[in-house]
Amino acid sequence: MPPAVVLVTGVSRWLGGALAAELAADPSVERVLGVDTVPPRPEVLRRLGRTEFVRADIRNPLIGKVIAAAGVDTVVHMNISSTPGGSGGRTSMKELNVIGTMQLLAACQRVPSVRRLVLKSTSAVYGASPRDPAVFTETMQARRVPGGGFAKDSLDIEGYVRSFARRRPEVGVAVLRFTNFIGPRIDSLLTGFLRMPVVPTALGYDARVQLLHEDDAVAVLARATTGDFAGTVNVGAEGTVLLSQAIRRLGRVPLPLPEQAMAPLGRLIRQARITDYSPEQLRFLNFGRVVDTRVLREEFGYTPRYTTAEALADYGRTVVPVVDPGAVGATLSTAGSLVGRAAGVLSSLGAVATRPAQPHAPGLRAVRDA
Amino acid sequence: MPEARVIRLHPDGPEEPTAAVSAGWEEQVAGGLDFLRRRLTGEYETDEFGFDPDLADHLLLPVLRPLFQKWFRVETQGLENVPDVGGALVVANHSGTLPLDALMTTVALHDDHPAARRFRLLGADLVFQFPFVGAMARKFGSTLACNEDAERLLTDGELVGVFPEGFKGIGKSFSERYTLQRFGRGGFVTAALRTGAPIVPCAIVGAEEIYPMIGNAKTAARILGLPYLPITPTFPLLGPLGAVPLPSKWFIAFGEPIETASYGPGAADDPMLVFNLTDQVRETIQQSLYQLLLQRRSVFS
Repeated sequence: MPPAVVLVTGVSRWLGGALAAELAADPSVERVLGVDTVPPRPEVLRRLGRTEFVRADIRNPLIGKVIAAAGVDTVVHMNISSTPGGSGGRTSMKELNVIGTMQLLAACQRVPSVRRLVLKSTSAVYGASPRDPAVFTETMQARRVPGGGFAKDSLDIEGYVRSFARRRPEVGVAVLRFTNFIGPRIDSLLTGFLRMPVVPTALGYDARVQLLHEDDAVAVLARATTGDFAGTVNVGAEGTVLLSQAIRRLGRVPLPLPEQAMAPLGRLIRQARITDYSPEQLRFLNFGRVVDTRVLREEFGYTPRYTTAEALADYGRTVVPVVDPGAVGATLSTAGSLVGRAAGVLSSLGAVATRPAQPHAPGLRAVRDA
Repeated sequence: MPEARVIRLHPDGPEEPTAAVSAGWEEQVAGGLDFLRRRLTGEYETDEFGFDPDLADHLLLPVLRPLFQKWFRVETQGLENVPDVGGALVVANHSGTLPLDALMTTVALHDDHPAARRFRLLGADLVFQFPFVGAMARKFGSTLACNEDAERLLTDGELVGVFPEGFKGIGKSFSERYTLQRFGRGGFVTAALRTGAPIVPCAIVGAEEIYPMIGNAKTAARILGLPYLPITPTFPLLGPLGAVPLPSKWFIAFGEPIETASYGPGAADDPMLVFNLTDQVRETIQQSLYQLLLQRRSVFS
């Protein structure tokens, strides 16, 4: 049964806005409410269609009144910030993430009309360490529990959502653990990181990176909202790339630095508001993380349209390469054909000269003219 | 113009090496340029474990091959016991201070096996904590020695390699050479049972003598966070020269596969069966080590 009234938190971000627009375009959905503390940017607002924007803070108990008054039956919680820079520092990020979720869940518990909750979580809950298994399934837990930052917030949030599911067993709860988003329009940790012309990486490390195209992310969220999947599911594209590979495919210049230099550099880059390097993200960029997507394909019923490599290539269309991979390839194939031609000339020259100096094969051989 | 024809002296004997076996230099240069192009543009495939076949084939294997062919003159036996397709778990003894035995077995299975099998090694977590070593190990096809990874690789039909002795085996003193150490907790047997993959016991002779470990600088090892720090006749006495392995003669023998599929996946939860199978594998390897040592004329020939 399709949901009648959907409430989407964090609608002013790209992904929230895209989901609200998708739901608004679906005639079977009666009403779409979008909640955020800041109004959406004009270009997002244009796409939102019949979505009703409610300027409210989920940290405020007022959100309960919004949910009750509109008779919301499906709540999509996406107002979770991954970067301290985007939400005014780590303290307010943690408050938004954890306290915001607690308030929202408290409100949902009180309202009897709520019968479905979708949480946009992250695969960062698995941590990133050298002791990790190569591929995480939904039943595995972090070998080294993330100590702080976004991953810790997400673990806490998932914990609160689990308790909510226990207290309201009739509510279908879907927890979507997304890998890193990428695409031409979305703004994520990796898009900011890979947009830098010179990309600093830790010397001697190469992370395995699994991505998810923004279109697939929106499609999975929409399916989770309108469908009836309950449980936890990893959401990531097929295949992986190494970080070094991604940097080269996008024509960036890798700058390997000693591991010790990365943390101070990360602080500098954060202060300059270029992109966000927190210690946990540095660990992720050293070791990477891959998740198993069998549940997504077989139980949730969605196969991402883009593989990791294709999603990366699609994102690559929007960044101007510093070192053009095409030009590098062309230069080297020209060099290759030149070598081939030179070899042709040399062998025709040398055919006469080298005839007497046939290499002597070891051992005795009988030779006769045919 | 009629060409001279070579008539083989022993028509029934083994194929004699022909002079034109090596590719022309121009092909090598072109191949090198193409490799460089792929590396610079990132146009190669890697898998979810971080395995980079392009790098393994064009850089790591060529570097190891002279060591395999000329330095250790490795002789492989019983390759018919390693299946051509499908998952199998190769269990071997571990020795030699540095894990050259793992690398040589990788070359053996790729170069000497008719199906040119890729050997996916399971490494201790220490390997993956170090920069360079950890990243290289993954690119060469290794992954962390844990049941999740082992089972995933076996289910994917890969040939997985494990050294259950771990650091106890590789870091034992020279006086204990060719005596198998304790075989961990039998995790490799449960992985094989759950996936129904056969266990191929493998005995490696020769690796014990490459860096004869006559002492262990335990305090220095603890400071460096290493499980052991070897003292050999040449290290640290000769400095970096001590890193040159002694040119012992090697044998790598694969024994008859031990079938596990008939027990069923539930058998992994039967500790007695797991212990028995672990002991059976251990005994088999120890026996073939003794047999190989009897065959060997001396350490270096």
